[in-house]
This record gives sequence, C-alpha cells and structure tokens, in this order.
Amino acid sequence: MYPTRFNYESPKSIAEAIALLHQGGGEAKILAGGQSLVPMMRLRFAAPEMIVDINNIPGLDYLTVDADGTIHIGALCRHSDLEKSSLLMAHQPTMAAAAPVIADPIVRNRGTLVGSLCHADPQGDWSSVMMALGGIVVAQGPNGRRSIPAADFVKGPFQNMLAFDEIAIEAIVPAPKGIPNGGYLKLERRVGDFATAGVAVAVESSQGLIIRAGIGLTGVGGSTINATAAAQSLVGAPLTAGSIAHAADLAAQAAQPRSDHRGSASYKRQIVKTFVVRILSGVVESIERAA
Amino acid sequence: MSLDEIKIGGMGASRRRVEDNRFIRGKGNYVDDIVLPGMLHMEILRSPLAHARIKSIDTSKAWAIPGVRLVMTGEMMASRNLAWMPTLSYDTQAVLATDKVRFQGQEVACVIADDAYIAKDACEAIVVDYEPLPVVVNPIQAMAPGAPLIRDDKENQHDNVVFDWEVGDKDGTEKAFAQADVVSKLELHYPRSHPSPLETCGSIADFDRATSKLTVYMTTQAPHIIRAAVAMVAELPEHMIRIVSPDLGGGFGNKVPVYPGYVASILASILLERPVKWIEDKTGNLISTGFGRDVYLRGEMALRKDGKILGVRMHTDSDHGAFFSDAQPSKFKIGLMHSAFACYDIPAAHLTARGLYTNKAPGGVAYRCSFRVTEAMFFQERMVQAAADDLGMDQAEFRRLNFVRDEDFPHRTAFGFLTDSGQYAKCLDVGLEAIGYKDFLKQKEEAKKRGRLLGIGISTMTEPLGAGNSREYDILGIKMFDSAELRVHMSGKAILRTGAKSQGQGHETTWAQIVAHELGIPADDITVEEGDTDTAPFGMGTYASRSTPVAGAAVAMVSRKIRAKARKLAAHLLEVSEEDVEWELGRFYVRSSPDRGVTIQDCANAAYSNMPDGLEPGLENTAYYDPPNLTWPFACYIATVEVDPETGVWDVLNVVAVDDCGVRINPMIVEGQIMGGLTEAYAMASMQFITFDAEGNCVGSNYMDYLLPTAWETPGFELHEVVTPCPHHPIGAKGIGECATVGGPAAFVNAVMDALKGTGVRNIDMPLLPDRVYEAFTTRRDISGMPPVKTED
Repeated sequence: MYPTRFNYESPKSIAEAIALLHQGGGEAKILAGGQSLVPMMRLRFAAPEMIVDINNIPGLDYLTVDADGTIHIGALCRHSDLEKSSLLMAHQPTMAAAAPVIADPIVRNRGTLVGSLCHADPQGDWSSVMMALGGIVVAQGPNGRRSIPAADFVKGPFQNMLAFDEIAIEAIVPAPKGIPNGGYLKLERRVGDFATAGVAVAVESSQGLIIRAGIGLTGVGGSTINATAAAQSLVGAPLTAGSIAHAADLAAQAAQPRSDHRGSASYKRQIVKTFVVRILSGVVESIERAA
Repeated sequence: MSLDEIKIGGMGASRRRVEDNRFIRGKGNYVDDIVLPGMLHMEILRSPLAHARIKSIDTSKAWAIPGVRLVMTGEMMASRNLAWMPTLSYDTQAVLATDKVRFQGQEVACVIADDAYIAKDACEAIVVDYEPLPVVVNPIQAMAPGAPLIRDDKENQHDNVVFDWEVGDKDGTEKAFAQADVVSKLELHYPRSHPSPLETCGSIADFDRATSKLTVYMTTQAPHIIRAAVAMVAELPEHMIRIVSPDLGGGFGNKVPVYPGYVASILASILLERPVKWIEDKTGNLISTGFGRDVYLRGEMALRKDGKILGVRMHTDSDHGAFFSDAQPSKFKIGLMHSAFACYDIPAAHLTARGLYTNKAPGGVAYRCSFRVTEAMFFQERMVQAAADDLGMDQAEFRRLNFVRDEDFPHRTAFGFLTDSGQYAKCLDVGLEAIGYKDFLKQKEEAKKRGRLLGIGISTMTEPLGAGNSREYDILGIKMFDSAELRVHMSGKAILRTGAKSQGQGHETTWAQIVAHELGIPADDITVEEGDTDTAPFGMGTYASRSTPVAGAAVAMVSRKIRAKARKLAAHLLEVSEEDVEWELGRFYVRSSPDRGVTIQDCANAAYSNMPDGLEPGLENTAYYDPPNLTWPFACYIATVEVDPETGVWDVLNVVAVDDCGVRINPMIVEGQIMGGLTEAYAMASMQFITFDAEGNCVGSNYMDYLLPTAWETPGFELHEVVTPCPHHPIGAKGIGECATVGGPAAFVNAVMDALKGTGVRNIDMPLLPDRVYEAFTTRRDISGMPPVKTED
C-alpha cells in the first residue's frame, strides 16, 4: 500500500487528541480501527495530512451496561468485543443480531462501532442499528461534550455532524422502557460484502403492546434511512400479521434504493419488506415463547 | 524384502506437502521478498480511460521529484523499438501506449525511483492529455456496423474481428438436424472472471553490464517460454538471459503471459544498470492482467424422441479485449472449445467461433482451465440439462443413454479428439448413490407442495488435460513436451529438476513420490527444484493441468533411465550378468538367489566409487517426454440447493464430487485440488464477475467488487473416486488440477435452474446473484448477460 505522505500522531489523552485535530485544521483524521480509512488511503481517495491514532489513549475500549439498562460503547470498543459480549446478548437483541454480521471476522477484530458511525457509510450496519434504537453519539471538542442523536448524526453519505476538532468518544443506547426485542437482517453477496440491503428493527413491548419502535435501513439510500413512519405504525398496538405487513410496506416505501450490480431498486425494496416481516415475526414468536 | 511404498512416501501416499514447511512459517521466498543491492522500484501509470487518443504526455513534474531515476513513456520505448511486443497468440500488444490507449488500466508510463512511494507519487505527477474516443465493451458492439476501430495500429485490420474459426463436420451436422425429432436450443454468456492469485505479478530485472547477463526474478508459470519471449523482445541472446521463478503465490493461468511491466522493468534495468523491482498492486492485477472466460455461446442439439443425441451445433463470440494475448496452443484459436460433448457419443458436430477486439483488458488466459474447456463444458452441461427437460426425460438417464460406453474406447469424438479410457456410467452411479438421487426427487416434490423450491443439478464431463502431444500443441511454435532431470548423489539421495513450475500444486512433494515409486528412494531423500532456466531442463511450464500428464511422465521416465543404469551397477556389484538381476522396489537381487541383493543406494554409491570398466561414471539423466495423447479424466459433480422464493437467495444443501483422474499420486493433494476447484466453481456460479460500464470503466477492480469466496459461505464437499488408469501415461495418471473448476459451475447452475423448473425460466446467466434469481422467478423470464452496472429506475 502506497498512500500519500502523512504525519502520524499518537496522543495519550483525549485532550491531546483534540488539540491535534484543532491544529490539523480539518486536514487531520482520527484512526481507530482503520477498517474504512486505511483502504481509502490505499486507493488515495483519502489523503489526510495527519493521522491521529487514538489507540494509545487508555480507557476508551469499554462496553458497559448501567443498572437501568443504558448501554455505553467506548470509541475503541471493537466489533468483536460486541460480538462476544454476553451483556449484549442479555440486554440488546438488535445489537446482538447485528454484531456477528458486521463485515468479516478479520475486520471485526479491529473495527469499532463508533468509528463505523463516524464513517457514515450508507452501507454501514451500525448506523441503522443505532437509529432503530434511538441511540446517541457523545462528541467531545475544545468546548466540552455534547450529545447528538444517532438519527441526526449522519448528515449524508460519508458525512457526520462532528466539527473538525471533535472526537466521537462514545455511543449510548438509552435504557429501554419496556422489554427490548428486535433483530438485524442483512443480504450480502458474500461475507464481508457491503449490504445489498439491511434492516434493523428495535421494539419495546409492555403488557402485549408495542410502546416504542425503531426501524433503520442499510444500503438502500444515499445515507442510512430512519423508517419512522413504519416504526410509528407499530406503536400502541400488539404485533399482528396485519400490523407487521403494514409496517413492512411502509419501510419498503421509505427506502430510496438505486439499481446497481447488487440488484434493482424494486428488488431491494422487496428485501426490506421481507426482512421487516421476518424480524417482526421472530419477535412475535419470542414474545409467545416468553409467555 | 520389498519396501513398503507408502512408508517411503511413494505413489498413493498422502504425504504431507514438504513446501508447507516454509510456507506456514512465513519463510517462503516470493519475488517481493527478494532484495538486491542498489535495487530501484518501478510503478506504472495506467490509463483512466478505456479508449482515447494520447495528445501529449508531460513528465516534467515527475522528473523533478527527488529520488526519481527514470520516467519512461511509449515514445521512449518506441525509440528503442520496444513500444510493442509480440503476444503468445501471434498478435502484438503495447508495452507503453504510444498512439492511443485501448482499455482502462493500460500501461501509459513508468517511473523508476529510489522507493515505491516516490515512484507512486511521481506517477501521479505525470500529466497526460487524452482525447476520448467511442468505446466498445462487448462483442455485439464490436461487430456493429460503424463500430470504432480499436486496432488501427495494425495494417489490414479494418474491423474488430480477431479471428473466424471453425471445426467439425458442417454437412454431417446439417443432416443430423434434418433427421431430428426435437431441436433443443440454448444461448448463454460465461462472464469475465479473473484468476486473481493472492500474489500479484511482478519482476526484478537485474542487468549486469560487466557480464552482459540479464537475470529476471519473475512471477511466471512458464519460465522457459518467458526466456524465449524476452530473447525475442529484448534482442538478447538466450544464454545471457536467466529467468528465475521463485515461490509463487498462486497462478491459475494469470502468470503465463508476458506483461508490459516485465518488459519495462527489463529495459529500465538495462538503461540504469541497476536492479529494478516492479510489484503490481491488486487493482493493477485485476484490471490489466489475463482474465478468464467472457464468451457468448449459443447452440442447438438435434435429438431423437427416444433421447439419442444426433448432432450438435455451436457458435461462440469471444471477447479478447484490446490485444489478442490469450495463451492458447497456436493451432486452436478458441482453445479447446471443441472438446465440448466429448463424453457423449454424438455422430456429428460443428463449431464456429469468432473472436473480437473490445476496449477491455487483454489476455483470455485459461483460468484454471485447459484452454477454454471451462466454457465448453459449462455449455455442454447446461445444454444437456435443457435437452433432457425439452424431451421430458430424467437428466441422469439422458446422460447415461448418451455416454460413450466403457467398451467403446478408444473413441473419436465428433470434433476429432481421441478419448482413450473411462467409466462414465459408473461415476454417475456413484454420484447418484452418494447424493441419494431418488430420495431427493421425492423430497423435492413434497417440498414443492409447501411452496419450497428444491433443485438438483448434475454435471458430467471428460476434458482434455495435459497438452501436448507435439503434433498438435505448441505455443509460439515451441512444441508442448516437458522434461525432468534426475541426479542421484553418491549417498542415494537425489535432486530432481523439471521444466514445470509449481505455483501451489505441490510438485516438490509429488514429484519425489514418483521417483520413490520408480526407484525406491524415500521421497524425503529427494529435493525437487523448478523455475530457474539456468538449471532446469527446458519445459513449457505449469498450466492446463499438464504437469502430471507431461512433466510427471518425464519424472517417471528419467527415473526408469536411472534404474536401467543402476541395474548395470547392480550386476557388477553382484557379479552376475545383467539378465540375472531382478528388480523390486528399492533393490536389485539375483534371480536364482533372492537373498543376494543390493539396494538402489548401493548402486548410487558404486556409480561414483566402484563402477565397472567401460561404464560412464555418475548416476544422472534427463528425459524429455512428448505424450502420445492428452489425458481424459472424467468427473461427475452433483449439487442440491434450496431457493428462497422471497429473496432469490439459494443455499447449497449438498455437493458430491466423483473424480476419475486415473492413478492418484498423492490422494490428499488431489482432494485439495478438487476442493479448491469446487470453491472456485461455486464462486463463479454464485457471485463472481468483472463487468464494464458503457464508458469501459472496470467494475471489479478490487476485492470489494470482485468477490473471492471465503470459508463462511463456501459449502462442504463430499468426495468420491473411481480409478481408470490412463493407458498411455507411464504411471497411469491423468490431469486433475482443473476438473472441478471446469465441471463444477454447471452443477450449481443446473441445480438452481432445476429448482425453478416449471416457471418457464430456461436460463439465468452467471453469476446467479439472488436478485437475478428472484427476478427470473417472479417475472418468469430468462436473465441474460452481466449484471447491470448502474441503471436508474
């Protein structure tokens, strides 16, 4: 690999990293897992003047769950940490379903969830998962910290809301108000391929009713799609074959796919619809099993 | 007492691969591992456009970068008469473009610098002014009236036709069709794929002014052919050229041709008098080096109501890219396409073939296939299934009815090949039994009632492996024989060299096993060396599954020459006449007194220390082997699948492979070859293609677009064997390296098509990506051609 010339910095603290970003004036890039940045540098699509490697900053690789169920994912928490986490299996079915299908095992060993959100690739899986979950990105800059909802964090393809001297230091999944359920399904041509289409569904139920729902769509638009109408149609009612089919239709309508070598636009809509039905049918089964 | 052949690592031993000792320790020695004193680095600037006139090239900014030693352009090459080079198919190819670029990725300029980073930066500093020209991306466009002329550099070339070629009996075939009860037709496209070895191509040219000797370390499967080509292009005498092919990280046919990068690095080294290393990056490899396939095939089959095939007609339009740099035997323009239908007893057949230039990368190499037989066998087995369906016959029974029978060998095929051995029906039976054919058909019917789509696909074929004989097979006029040289040391240990070149096949392991089989020298006592033209005997290299059929035969023959001499030494040692000496593995003994004997090691010692008067000292010899015929292995591959009607995703349920490659030297390596081949077959059937948009931009220039299968999605394979020894090969072996890649794809595609049977869908072109299967299933129509690159809804 022969990238263009760049300076390499390895800060030991978040403050130092922020100072370097500030000094870089928009020409510096954070290196966390490097699974998207490095291939882009190899192709010379990305030619940052400075690489700020945050891997030597201690204390950023955490995955914790508060007593109320709030999940915190640090900037250096790897996909494989999430995949192997019994905490996720117990607390967060949508994330637990997504973690093992992120890219391939080699990428999962290095890549990070927060880095994936920042990369804002419309084909990135975690963005739709975090949208479905109503997740939050915590950014830190020279003026302190701020929280950005995952639904607002992605501005467009490969564009996020961070200022040039801000670092996304953690992602948060808020505590559920009901029993969390859901799933993530992705169609890919091969393990490690970008999604032809992916669907994240997160619901919370209480006494047989859906009290919160989120649906995020991967790879079927210029950026990750928050299928709010589809999700809202489920809230306040029990899941039935009819309500599931209706939500699936709304999700397919929310998709804005383009025809390409992964499939036609109408095919991708069909996949979105099928996956919403399959995930929610699975939710019904698991609710029935629990009862 | 005779030696236990398995214990000494002889024939039939699943001996561990000796080369893996270094590979798994990271101690392999690939071209890029070699570092020579004072070595410089070369990078290639490639064309971003598929077809454009070069108006000007400004290299001044590149020259200005510190560390840049040389910038080469087509103009500079032309001043040394090196702008064009001959291809292996009697065409010419631009080394560096002079007049215009003819495909995206074509070599335009080279920079040689102190390191590869500087060279890369300097390439980006070169300014090329292009005038875009209309682009031709497929044979249909190439043949259209008024199509842009791609090869305007060639005198007398007024269209984009590379060749028109035909073979077979046209009149006889017409008569067969006149008598047919049913005519079955099929049209399909075998998509462009890439051999994609993990190691890309590269070279280190080292010209020594003091000795006038040029040494080139190079990723080549055929070092001696390359030496001949370099002698021709660089006008250097052959004895002053040494080509060394060290460890190769795969080849699959990709490392047979001569590439511009090799030639440019050689010229740079001659000009700078320093070693020049060129290592292609992955994108460069995928977009500019020898691809596989890209053939449009159509044909029809004349059938009698009872299922007998009366005749076959085929036509191919093949896309050769901008330069005809295929690596096929000279005589056969579309390779051995006419080996199609060789396992069936068909009275008449006729094939017409047209090759076309397009604005795409050149080099239709035999990607793990013996000269276009992959396309031939794929068409054959798709056609056979379509014909069986048209007749309403069971696909297995239809095959059995038309197979060449065991008692009919030798059999002359309708296209003129001579097949010599096989047990086709037996292989099919073993396969059907293993997959549980009858049960599966029942399961399939029951599943159908519940809306589930199951399918079973069969692919049976014999293919011609192991070119030549020299009567019919040559490359650039050099006949396709091969060679082996064996030197037995005083201690009875030995070194063997051949004209082949392993690139993963395990020659270091298996050649020693043949020697062990012939001489009783333990395989562990034999070093095998290949790939250095200064030391190896002349050979045509490794591709087309030819190593075992040709070089492997030479290994057996040279061992027999050694044994003949050892017999004389044994007679001398035993003080009897040669006629009284008998041989058993590893030992000569006196016929009348079997306890009196000497080992092969005793003989080796005597060859250097105690030879009889009049006998030349030493125990070394060389054998050149010109095979009497190709070898004809047979294979039966069967796959079962389930298609998801809501998504078009198909899962492989089971795969059974029955291979008859004659006598197996190392069963473990044979099984590895079959598994690797089936994996590639599955990839081509399910996910792989390199396509081009209307502007000629290559889609498939990296591993996110060009998909290699991983262990995650590749199904498991159940392997079976049948053994019909090759009647003319000294150890009864046939080629195996390519069988599964060649025969495998049709099994998967036939299985999916079988699952869709009754929907009116006759064909889906590979790759059978889920969206294509879904579209075919829901719209009830065929899906043809490459997947679209970008179309707005």
